[in-house]
Amino acid sequence: MDIKDFVEKFAEQFEETDASMFTPETKFRELDEWSSLIALSIIAMVDEEYDVTLKGDEMRSANTIQDLFDIVKNK
Amino acid sequence: MENYNPFSLKNKTILITGASSGIGRATAIECSMLGANVIITARNEERLHETLSMLDISERQQHQLILADLTESDEIDKIANNISLLDGFVNNAGVGMSKPIQFIKEGDLKEIFSINTYAPVLLTQKILKKKKINKGASIVFTSSIGGNFTVTAGRALYGMTKGAIHNFMKYCALELASRQIRCNSVNPGMIETPLISSGTLSSEDIKIDMEKYPLKRYGKPQEVAHAITYLLSDAASWVTGHALVIDGGLTLK
Repeated sequence: MDIKDFVEKFAEQFEETDASMFTPETKFRELDEWSSLIALSIIAMVDEEYDVTLKGDEMRSANTIQDLFDIVKNK
Repeated sequence: MENYNPFSLKNKTILITGASSGIGRATAIECSMLGANVIITARNEERLHETLSMLDISERQQHQLILADLTESDEIDKIANNISLLDGFVNNAGVGMSKPIQFIKEGDLKEIFSINTYAPVLLTQKILKKKKINKGASIVFTSSIGGNFTVTAGRALYGMTKGAIHNFMKYCALELASRQIRCNSVNPGMIETPLISSGTLSSEDIKIDMEKYPLKRYGKPQEVAHAITYLLSDAASWVTGHALVIDGGLTLK
């Protein structure tokens, strides 16, 4: 698992937010475009790409993209 | 007046699918407490036996357990072959799935339609074909407000399966009316069942979602079971083709 790749796939779930806004340190919940539907997209993306089932509460406990990457990596 | 109870299910035999947890288990318990002989079915053996042990037998009811996976057509046959003549039939088994449309796969469609839509249709078909249902019986489908009365982003798969069941119920009601068989559905809002606690919503999301309900909470399985037992009982003898909404007022908004 590669963080650069993860950030890229994470960014793909957004339509309006510029790709330059996404780094491992990005606090994704603070992005204007963040929504519950995008949260679902992230969960579906993680399932599809990494074969990991994220629970809502795990998603919630992550603040940055790096946090989420670590959760997925350790599952 | 002592024994007056138009909601009684005494001497009725009622089949309930998905009886190992949630609404199905609560319905099985309530049916037994209203005097019915209950036939419960589900695929989880341990939890289904747990339900069986919770059923009331104070009226000397005879309860039956059939272990079956409704996604297999020969298992549907097994249920239809092993049941006695029914007075009530609750098509309740169901699963949830949350996915934005761009992530839907053919396998997801097959999985959720197989249990939420195909199984109730095929089991109803088999029971009718084998003439395992009495004149004057009542069939209840556990549908949902989702897909029928509300549309929520990410819930297309689930909503489609429940929309299909909502419509199937109406065709059943019309076709079976000549035999005095009534068909209705219950359409719950969010109910506190294992379906939500293991899902994609965080506890924070759940708290926010609950606030949308005028009654400020989710429903309990027993609160849906009471609606199902009403529809099964003779108290509902002129009610057919009806979709009963049980949602703490959510769809008022």
